[in-house]
Order: sequence, then C-alpha cells, then structure tokens
Amino acid sequence: MTNLEFTPLVFAISAVAGLLGALTGLGGGVVVTPALTLLLGVDIRYAIGASLVSVIATSSGAAAAYVREGYSNIRIGMFLEIATTIGAVVGAYLATRTPTAILGIIFGVVLLHSAWMSTRGRPRDTSGKEDPLARRFKLNGSYPGEHGKKSYQVTHVQAGFSLMFGAGTLSGLLGIGSGALKVIAMDQIMRIPFKVSTTTSNFMIGVTAAASAGIYLSRGYIEPVLAMPVMLGVLAGSLIGARQLVGARVRVLRWIFALAVGAMAIEMIVNGARQI
Amino acid sequence: MESWNDERLEKVVSMLLISGVSLAAVVVLLGGVCFLWQHGNDHPDYHVFHGVEQQYRSIRGVLEAARPSDCRGVIQLGLILLICTPIARVAFSMLGFLLERDRTYVVLTVIVLAILVYGLVGPH
Repeated sequence: MTNLEFTPLVFAISAVAGLLGALTGLGGGVVVTPALTLLLGVDIRYAIGASLVSVIATSSGAAAAYVREGYSNIRIGMFLEIATTIGAVVGAYLATRTPTAILGIIFGVVLLHSAWMSTRGRPRDTSGKEDPLARRFKLNGSYPGEHGKKSYQVTHVQAGFSLMFGAGTLSGLLGIGSGALKVIAMDQIMRIPFKVSTTTSNFMIGVTAAASAGIYLSRGYIEPVLAMPVMLGVLAGSLIGARQLVGARVRVLRWIFALAVGAMAIEMIVNGARQI
Repeated sequence: MESWNDERLEKVVSMLLISGVSLAAVVVLLGGVCFLWQHGNDHPDYHVFHGVEQQYRSIRGVLEAARPSDCRGVIQLGLILLICTPIARVAFSMLGFLLERDRTYVVLTVIVLAILVYGLVGPH
C-alpha cells in the first residue's frame, strides 16, 4: 500500500472511531488503537502514540460545547489533574518497559470494561455526605438545572483522587483518555452529578494526555505520518458525533458498538496471549 | 473591568483550547498535504517498531527540522503545538486563580504545571 492509499484509509477508520466514540461516550482513542493494530497490523507503540495525540485533540476540541453549557467544574478538574498527570507520567514510563504482548492484553481488558460501561444508561444522580476535604478545596459547585442553578456536594475525595491516579496511569500506559474510569471516579465515588462528571472528565483528558505525550515523543512513539490522519480523522468524527442528538437510535447503536468493541477486545487479548 | 470568576475563567480557557487545536490541525494538515505531494507513492511500514528519527523526538529538533523541504517535521510541529495546548490552558488557569487571589488553587495549578513541564522536557 502506498502513502496515498494508506493515509485516507487511516483517516476514514479514525473518523468512524471518533464518531462512535463521541456517540457512545467511550472516546475515539480507545477504538483507534485496536483498529490500527488489528486491521492494519500497525505496531501497538506507533498506534498508542497516534491515539494519544488524537485524545488531546478531541478533548480540546470538545471544549466548544462546554462553553455554552456551563457544566464543567474547573476546580474539581485541576484538583484531580494532580493525580491524573502523575499517573500519566508513571504510565508512560511503564509503557516503555512493558512487552507489547502484555500491553495488548491490558488494552483488551480495559476495552472490555469500556464496552460494558457504554451499554449502561446514565445513572441517577444521588448526593452523599459532604467531605471536609471538598470544602477545604472548594470542590462543591452548581450547574444549570431545569429550574435554575442546582448545587451539589462532593464526597469521598480521597478515594476519588486515588482512582484518578489509576485512570492517569492507564492513560499514559495505553495512550487512551481513560474517560470511562474518570467518570466512575467522579460520578459514582465522589457523587458529582453525571453531566458535571462527564464534561469535567473531558476537560481533564487533554491535560492528562499531554503529561505523557512528551515521554512518548522522546521515545519515538509519535510517528508524524501516521498520527496526522489519526488526529484529523478522530477530531472530525468526534465533532460530528458531538452534534448528533441523543435518541432511540443511539441506544441501538450503542449496543452494536459495544459488541464490536467487545469482539476487538477479545481479539487483542487472544493475540497478546499468543505472543507470550 | 469585569471581575474574575470561575465562569469567566472557563470561557477564556475554552477559547484558548479551541484556538490551539485549530492552529495545530491546520499545521498538521499543511504538513500532511505537503508530505503526500512529495512521498505519496512511497510504501509506509509500521509493522515493525523502529521509533521515529532522532530529530523528530524533541521540541528543539522539530523546530530545526520543520521547513517546506521536511514535511514530516511540519506535521510534528503541529502535533507539538497540540500537546502544548492543554499545558497553555493550565498556565492560563494559574493566572486566573492569581487574579481571583485563590492561593490554594495557585499552588495546586503550579504543581500540575510542573508535572506537565517535566513530562514535556524532562530527562527521559
């Protein structure tokens, strides 16, 4: 295959990944890497390098929507980014020392978990007891609800912070946004309202990915010619996906997508296991 | 002058992100078109990992490499602009928290910024 054939193909695959990633809330990065490795036989290190770059692009590009909505909480984001960026640096170092077969298996397991998460609907917002740390770090906030501003309190700050370190490590290890894990930490553990959790998570993803990108760059993982169509494709796909309204058809799509991602996950695990 | 608050800070920061990602995308696209123009019929090989050439692995190297005769360098320059965008966002947030006189968050933001700078230019 020549570059003139390969580049548009990678762009198309990445655009589909970005579109589905935005529609399901999984993020495009988690789909691009298995697609590149399984369909095109790209080495996983080049794939995660390109994917990490696309993750920064979608996170930053999605900011436009959040300006209008006013859901994200910049303090929660900044506070938790301490955990995710340290995790990301650790993860990026681990990535350079982990055999690719093991990387593939870990990727498959994370992908399975993401697929499972994407089939579940939006959980109901419940508030917990306020954590003194939440007041100390001014994490409590409010968001625009149906009848004016709704305020919320944040709980289990330490547990959420620890899980964020894990999310950052996976992000740096696998070149993904780790959006699913970030939302679990905020929504289910810290009891931050779902909308606030998802938008704040999206803000954080770019900063987390930027922390490991420099390490990827210096190790030669970021191949410009491969990263170019991946970044532009995922960005284009996710911008289109973000504009689509959530409806009944998205629900069906979600299931089909989850099954496809689940199948890719199993293939990655099997492939990895064979190479050991 | 309008006083600083979190909402205003988030808006400015979001605009910064959108500008950064747009600029990066344009540079990457230009480099990509230029590369395909020159090397469209070459055969790419990413099956085996070699790691990219040394000049594309550091900011200084890329700044020296990026010119019309080195289109891969131009793409890489765009990608580095992209990586710098969230870092600029954090730096700007620090400024915002300074204007809000929120000492706790100035300190937290400086920590995040230090980790990011280490990740970008630290001794790896």
